[in-house]
Amino acid sequence: MNEIEIHNLYKSYGPTKALDNLSLSVEKNGFYGLIGPDGAGKSSLMRIITSLLLPDSGSVIVGGLDPVKDYKKLRLKLGYMPGKFSLYQDLSVEENLKFFARVFGTTIEENYHLIKPVYSQIEPFKNRRAGKLSGGMKQKLALSCALVHKPEILILDEPTTGVDAVSRREFWDMLAEIRKSGITILVSTPYMEEAVLCDKISLMFDGKVVDSGSPDDITSGFKNNLFIIKSANVPLLLNVLRGMEGLKSVNSFGQTIHVVADSSETGKPEIEEFLQKNNVSGCSVEQSPAGIEDCFIDHILTNTTT
Amino acid sequence: MRTLFIILRKEFKQIFRNRIMIPIIFILPFVQTLVLVYAATLELKNTKITIVDQDHSALSQKLISKFEASSFFDIDISVYDDDLIKDKLLKDSEKAVLVIPANFENDLREGIPAHLQLNINAIDGQGAGLISIYVNQTVMGMLKDLKPFASKTNLMVLPSKINTEPRFWYNPELNFKHYMLPGILVILVSMIGIFLTSLNLVREKEMGTIEQINVTPIKKWQFLTGKLLPFWIIGILDLSLGLAIGMILFGVPFRGSVLTMFVFTGLYLFTAIGLGLLVSDFASTQQQAMFTIFFFFLIFVLMGGIFTSVESMPYWAQIVNRINPMYYFMRIIRSVLLKGSGIRDLWTEFVSLLVYGILAMSVAVWQYKKTN
Repeated sequence: MNEIEIHNLYKSYGPTKALDNLSLSVEKNGFYGLIGPDGAGKSSLMRIITSLLLPDSGSVIVGGLDPVKDYKKLRLKLGYMPGKFSLYQDLSVEENLKFFARVFGTTIEENYHLIKPVYSQIEPFKNRRAGKLSGGMKQKLALSCALVHKPEILILDEPTTGVDAVSRREFWDMLAEIRKSGITILVSTPYMEEAVLCDKISLMFDGKVVDSGSPDDITSGFKNNLFIIKSANVPLLLNVLRGMEGLKSVNSFGQTIHVVADSSETGKPEIEEFLQKNNVSGCSVEQSPAGIEDCFIDHILTNTTT
Repeated sequence: MRTLFIILRKEFKQIFRNRIMIPIIFILPFVQTLVLVYAATLELKNTKITIVDQDHSALSQKLISKFEASSFFDIDISVYDDDLIKDKLLKDSEKAVLVIPANFENDLREGIPAHLQLNINAIDGQGAGLISIYVNQTVMGMLKDLKPFASKTNLMVLPSKINTEPRFWYNPELNFKHYMLPGILVILVSMIGIFLTSLNLVREKEMGTIEQINVTPIKKWQFLTGKLLPFWIIGILDLSLGLAIGMILFGVPFRGSVLTMFVFTGLYLFTAIGLGLLVSDFASTQQQAMFTIFFFFLIFVLMGGIFTSVESMPYWAQIVNRINPMYYFMRIIRSVLLKGSGIRDLWTEFVSLLVYGILAMSVAVWQYKKTN
């Protein structure tokens, strides 16, 4: 029995379809990532799982319980960290944690071992008001509060959005640590590079899961050849490459351009030749295995064109 | 019960930590009672009035000295000039101009109706009405003094008239502070019950903290009781504070029983809090809540009989007032303080408020949704 089982889930807000025939399963003690841009439906899905939102149709089973009927029992099993910081800004770090421990009928001491990897980092500031904490520390406090009642399933809605790179890294390390105590983790993020830190992921777009599996499964499912081109002038090169035939897509990735070939006929020599013909110099073309983001863009392109 | 206690503790902690809440709760009663009772007074003292004497008779002199003797007026005597009257009233340097026309004494002696002309600046309508009454009383006072003088000389026949002498019950000196303070207390308690309750509830929505609360096992009744009860307690405390100020500083009488007072206050607060909750059901930001409440609050205050008498309002307004909780509490608090009424005397108000409270609270609780 999987910890989270979702089949054919639908949810719409008026004419907008937030979740469109979505299915998903997370196994016990899994570390599952929902990857997708804003508006993909990640938050709606999480709010349905946590019993905060009612689905239109479809079946949802979380921890063996139905979030609509058994929400009372379910809430004891769940730890939820909303995307927006939702703790009391005018209460101190310790007061917030104490409050959430007590409403669940437990104490900080009882579950200290569980929150230690997270809470020990903000404990020196336990008398500070939550509103006065930095972004990274707020996230750690929110995570502590979501964990303090010893949940079996932890749902984290974009926990690293708006947090600096170092804190983000730390945060994922903490999640890995928490998982060791047997907790199932479902986390969402818009950052593709964080996807590889999960066991399994679902790529979400427009309320649908466009691909699921382990990060390796997903990247190895990418069949086309991918070339990474480095250049000092990305915008110019982007324009030039978009005029080339035999390419499926051309996208800028910051300082580089990722080019996906239509077929094996287009290779490194062909691209270099094309660039030379167009008097573009000073760039390097390398074939590379695809990353999650390449797979994601590829899925969106096939989804939106068909 | 344990959960409720945890929420209450958290709530009080937050209230006492809020930089705006503390002044509102503890300074508001002082400022409102002290400033408003003194400032919003309708009592007349040293009203500037010009008397234009065109008669220059013994009688006109007598009248002027009567005005000079009154503490209500501050007299300025001048010769007649139409422009002067306009000018004085326009500049607001005088509140009223009284003209004693030539032949005033003569007319009286000969039994011809004598006239006095009184021009009042009626920008402040209520004040103007009072000036008119005071001037009338002063003139009548003079005529009364005149009687023996008239009969002795036997020169004139005074028009016979019915003298009404009002006796003001429960507030014999028409002490405006005794009338005003209960009104201020009604506003005070309403602000806590409606405004603070609503803002406090909406804040949870606005800050998103309700999300986190919703995934805990806290039940709806526990959460609502925890959020509302503190303001019920604070409201009662503030009323006591305001009453104490009124009794000590203004000598407002407390003729009814303390128990009656608190039973009614508790009931009214229950109603007010129900309305506050109702607004918070529909508002998603504190700003929305503020504006919505402000709209109703103003109407409630103006129609509730706090500054003006409900009995002198048009009939439709009196009917509309049935849905104004302040109207009931206003009547109650004045009756209990000044008349010493008990619950039996205020039975209609008691039942009305009870029905109102239960209705408002049930609808508000029923409409309140923790989950979407």
